[in-house]
Amino acid sequence: MALSAEESGRLAGLLTSHDDQVTQRWTEIVTGSLRGRLSQAELRRQVQELHRAIVTVSEQGDLDLESERAAELRAVLAELSQGRARQGFSATETAVSVFALKEVLLELLDAEQNPTALRDYVAFSSLIDEMGLFTFESFVRTRESLIADQAEQLLELSTPVVKLWEGVVAVPLVGTLDSARAQVVMERLLQTLVDTGSPYAIIDITGVPAVDTQVAQHILKTVVAARLMGADCIISGIRPQIAQTIVALGIEFGDIATKASLADALRHVLRLTGVETSRRASRREA
Amino acid sequence: MTTGLELGQPQAQAIHSDEDVVRVRQLVRTVAVAVKLSLVDQTKLVTAASELARNTLVYGGGGTVEVATVDNGRRRGVRIIFADTGPGIPDLDLALTDGYTTGGGLGLGLSGARRLVDEFDIRTAPDAGTTVTVIKWSR
Amino acid sequence: MERVPILKIGDILLVSIQVDMSDQTAVQLQEDLAERIVATGCHGVVIDITALDIVDSFVGRMLSTIASISKVLDAETVVVGMRPAVAITLVELGLSLHGIRTALNVERGMELIASARADEYAENLDAEPDAETTASP
Repeated sequence: MALSAEESGRLAGLLTSHDDQVTQRWTEIVTGSLRGRLSQAELRRQVQELHRAIVTVSEQGDLDLESERAAELRAVLAELSQGRARQGFSATETAVSVFALKEVLLELLDAEQNPTALRDYVAFSSLIDEMGLFTFESFVRTRESLIADQAEQLLELSTPVVKLWEGVVAVPLVGTLDSARAQVVMERLLQTLVDTGSPYAIIDITGVPAVDTQVAQHILKTVVAARLMGADCIISGIRPQIAQTIVALGIEFGDIATKASLADALRHVLRLTGVETSRRASRREA
Repeated sequence: MTTGLELGQPQAQAIHSDEDVVRVRQLVRTVAVAVKLSLVDQTKLVTAASELARNTLVYGGGGTVEVATVDNGRRRGVRIIFADTGPGIPDLDLALTDGYTTGGGLGLGLSGARRLVDEFDIRTAPDAGTTVTVIKWSR
Repeated sequence: MERVPILKIGDILLVSIQVDMSDQTAVQLQEDLAERIVATGCHGVVIDITALDIVDSFVGRMLSTIASISKVLDAETVVVGMRPAVAITLVELGLSLHGIRTALNVERGMELIASARADEYAENLDAEPDAETTASP
C-alpha cells in the first residue's frame, strides 16, 4: 500500500503546484458533505493542515502511513477524528473529509493528461483509503473512551452521598441498582461515614423503580457493614409496591429502621440524637 | 474452574507457625496490590488467605502456599494454592457448612473463604492431605 | 512475639492495635486485657482497629471474647475505627461480631462508654432511690 519514492514525489508535486486550487476544492467538497455544520473557515484550516502534513511527508521519499516519518500525518488525522467524534459527527462524515481528496486528485490528474495518471491515481487512492481507515479507527477509539468516561460520570452522578445534618449523611438512590452500582454505593457511603464521623446514614430509595432479592441483599449488607463500623442506617422512601415485593419475596429487614419519606427519616434521627441530649441533660440535673 | 495462564514465577511460602500465617497475608497483599485489585477485593482476598493458611496450619499440620499472578485473557488475577499432607477432610460437604468446626473456631474458615473469592477448588482425601486453590480476578 | 500495648486513660483502657497480629499475639492481648481490667478497676475498654487492614474470623472471635470477658469483669468494650473494606469483608465472611459495641472513632467510643455507664448509674438510682442513705450507717 506504500507509495514508492517516485509516486510520492509526484503526489507532492501535484499538491504543491496546485496548492490553492487543491485546498479550495477539497474544502468545498467537505463543506457540502457536512451540510454547513462546521464553518468554511474552520474546515479550510483543517484541510490546509492535512494538506501540509501530506506534502511534508511525501517530499521525504517513499510514503508509508505506518512508518516513523508519517507520525506527524497520523497525528493530524487522529486530531481531526477526535474533534469530529467529540462534536458528534458520524464516522462516515469524518472519513469523507479524507476521501474528498480523491475527487480533487482525479480532477487534477484529468487536467494534466499525464501518461502515468491512471497508475498514480490508483496508488494515491489506496493511500487515501488507508488514511480514511485510520481516521475511522481513531474515531471509534475516541467514542469508546467518551462512552467509558460518561459511564463513570453517570455512576458518580447517580450515587451522591450528602450531609443532611451534623452527624447525618444520606444517599438518595435513583434508577436501577445493579450489583456493580450497589457495590460503589456501599463503599462510598461507608467511606463518607468515616470521613465525616457521622453515626447516622439514611438510604433513600424513592427513586428506585423496583427492588429484587439481590438489591435488597445489597442494601441489607450495607446496613450490617455500617453497624460493624459503629453507624446506624435508616431506609426511607419505600413505595407501596416495593413494600409488597419485599414481603412477597420473604426478605427479612429485621430490626432495621424504615421510614416512609426522607423527611420522616431525618426527623427520626434528630429525635434519637435529641432524646439522648435531653436525657443527658436531665441526668446532669439529677 | 478456570485457572488462567500463569504470569511470572509463583512465590512460595511454607506454613509451619503463627508467624508464617502473618507472612502469607503480607505476601498475598503485595501480589494483590501489584495486580491492581480494588481495596475491597484486596481485603477480601487477604482475609480468605488468612483463613485458609490457618486451616493449613491447624488442621493440615502445616504445609505450603504458592501465590501467582494469572491471566485468563480478559482479566488478571491472583491465584493462591494451599497444600498440606495432613489427615484430609472426611466429609467435605459438612466442612463447607457455615458454623461447622472441629477446631474450636467459628466454623467460618472454609465456607467464609469461599464467599470471598471468585474461584474456589478443594481436593482432599482421607490421609492424602488437602489442596485448596482460590482465584480473585481484577474487575 | 510482639505484644500490643494497653494504655489507661482515666476510667478507660485504650488498646490501639498497630501491627498485623499473629494468632498468638491476639491470644496474649486477650489475657493481658483481662488482667489489666482487674488490676486497674477500669470500667471501659476501647479497642482501636483503625490500623488493621483485615479482620479474619480469629481476630473477630478474639474481639467477641474480649467483650464477653470484660462484661463479666464489669467493663464495657467498644471496638472503634473499623475500615469500610474490612466491614464489607466481614459481612461477606458471615461474621457478625455479636455482643460487641462499635463506634466510628476513639472519641465516639469513649462517649459511648460514658453514656452506658451513666445509664447504668441512673438505673441503679431509680431502682434503689435511697441506696446511698441506707448503705451509710
